[in-house]
Amino acid sequence: MIELSTVSEVGNVGLSNKGDRALYLQELLNLRVPLQDSLIGLQVMRDRATARVQELAIPSTREEAWRFADLTPLLHAELQPVDVHPTLGFPHIKPFIVAEAVSSRLVFVNGIYDPALSAVDSLPDGVLVTNLATAVAFKQLSPHLAQQPGAEEVFTTLNTASFTDGALIWVDKDQVVDIPIQILYVSTATQPAIAHPRCLVIAQPGSKFTLIEEFVALHEGIYFTNSVTEIVISESAEVNHTRVQQDSSEAFHIGKTVATQAQNSRYTCNAISLGGKLSRHNLEVYQIGEQTDTVLNGLTMITGDQVSDTHSAIAFTKPHSTSHQIHKCIVDDHAHAIFNGRVVVPKAAQLTNAGQLSKTLLLSPKARVDTKPQLEIVADNVKCSHGATVSQLDNDEVFYLQSRGIDEVRSRQLLTYAFAYEVIDQIPVASLKDRLSAIARPPQP
Amino acid sequence: MICEGSEVILSVRDLTSDVDGIQILKGLNLEVKAGEIHAIMGPNGSGKSTFSKVLAGHPDYVVTGGEVTYLGQNLLELEAEDRSRSGIFLAFQYPIEIPGVSNLDFLRVAYNSKRKFAGLDELDTFDFEDLVQQKLDVVQMNPAFLDRSVNEGFSGGEKKRNEILQMALLEPKLAILDETDSGLDIDALRIVSAGVNQLTTPDNAVVLITHYQRLLDYIVPDYVHVMEGGRIVTTGGKELALELEERGYTWIREEEVAAR
Repeated sequence: MIELSTVSEVGNVGLSNKGDRALYLQELLNLRVPLQDSLIGLQVMRDRATARVQELAIPSTREEAWRFADLTPLLHAELQPVDVHPTLGFPHIKPFIVAEAVSSRLVFVNGIYDPALSAVDSLPDGVLVTNLATAVAFKQLSPHLAQQPGAEEVFTTLNTASFTDGALIWVDKDQVVDIPIQILYVSTATQPAIAHPRCLVIAQPGSKFTLIEEFVALHEGIYFTNSVTEIVISESAEVNHTRVQQDSSEAFHIGKTVATQAQNSRYTCNAISLGGKLSRHNLEVYQIGEQTDTVLNGLTMITGDQVSDTHSAIAFTKPHSTSHQIHKCIVDDHAHAIFNGRVVVPKAAQLTNAGQLSKTLLLSPKARVDTKPQLEIVADNVKCSHGATVSQLDNDEVFYLQSRGIDEVRSRQLLTYAFAYEVIDQIPVASLKDRLSAIARPPQP
Repeated sequence: MICEGSEVILSVRDLTSDVDGIQILKGLNLEVKAGEIHAIMGPNGSGKSTFSKVLAGHPDYVVTGGEVTYLGQNLLELEAEDRSRSGIFLAFQYPIEIPGVSNLDFLRVAYNSKRKFAGLDELDTFDFEDLVQQKLDVVQMNPAFLDRSVNEGFSGGEKKRNEILQMALLEPKLAILDETDSGLDIDALRIVSAGVNQLTTPDNAVVLITHYQRLLDYIVPDYVHVMEGGRIVTTGGKELALELEERGYTWIREEEVAAR
């Protein structure tokens, strides 16, 4: 198996503050709470991850994978144990509920499952959407939970060592679910807490469904979301996944999405990153079968002094597979976007067709992007392309709108929106598409 | 149509203009009166498109000298959006695509922006839709195009029709059509030309920029101007276009040199 995650040893961490970075990671571990009785079956896995975390440290910018995303501000965040008893009512979360998933949703508040806010009563038989604590007796989970490649990566391991519950989506063989399934992770942001949302998605052979994951905050505030979503896609299954990260603009967000795809399967990920002071999305796709198809659509829209990093990686292993990726960044003010798109095509993966495009719009002179394609191609009979553009708004386009009587400021807003819309338009759920369009679109005059 | 004593819409005197520090317009003179149709022809690089963009107020085109008077006021003082709201319309050679913005919304924003400027109430969505439906006939456009994103996935001909639809809505005093005929097949050319002819009244004026005499079979100009080296060097009637079609531009250059 090809390893896409960067797994660092303590010895590789910058010498100057290696101790601090290791110590801080231990402090994060100390903030976790014990497993509840129903999850005690996970204790072995947890202990193993705990031992592993104790050998690691928060990465420094000396590591290539973290070169542009400096985690030093995280070291200065004085995080506390999570508030396990927030009292939220439905009105608090209503703005984030996708209308199409009104009774096919799970809600987690500060990482804790909230059964009162969740509703899963309109799902057919053969579709299990529940929390892990309820389902963990389910023997079939153990081959999947924390068993995906890349589980050793520092923040993934920290999550495995720390999570106390999570979401489980299990769709039986040949089940086609016609309503989307929404997992909503709400941060109350009332205290600088750390949460470890965990999600396990199992698509049995021939199943087909749409998954929405959203990370939202009820208020501005400092907190740390360290999420892991594992998606196991069996033969001929199709998963359309939309991930929206709208954390507080003071928050830290480090999220891992890992998908394993068997033969003839299709995985689409629409990843929208809007929030966070410092956010990172590690998106890893492992194709383990022939004729698999991966589509990655990404959009990062940031402003102020936000830093948003997307590290994607697709590993081909078998012949006749495809990937199609577009990643767009819109960067305003002093914000800094990072995109690293890795594509690995080993000798065995002949006849691969892989395309990657990174497009960035810089809206201010101080905005910054670091974008890097990383194609590692050994096979000799493949079609692999990549491209990157970094631009400002085109004066001719602004002029077109002005020449129709629309003032310059609004013309620029409309064109920026149009740039974002190309990605938003890929989201297969109308109400979510509308909500995100409304965020990206300038207000009517 | 040429009417003695009709209102002067546009008056251009000794206009010079730079793009990226290179002088393109080198002393251009033109007067356009209400009711008139002017065709501007000329070889590639003679400054025709630059002239249209200068008139419409493209910020990258710097006016370095001369004056442009539009309905008695100094046009060069106005921003592009205010020129549009005051009744200048430029149909683009390459209209841009705006994903995510419906054509209908775009047309309404443009239309209302002009109404607001004139001190009129803005039209609401329903009234505006009624108005657009009437205007669709001008260019025989399928109403389905209103729900699509502006120009996105439109063919070359559909984009040009959409330009003329905008012209029909904005009812400009001065319409400048920059190579509106380029990329059109015969049927589309007929439809677009018929649309422009319907919109021509004794109160407004049209400036057509074109490479081909063919367009002028459909939209018959009162004047044909030939641009060369950033200036208008020859002006004639519609028969001048036919002569150009036959003889090319070289003879004009020679005559001009001889006249000096």
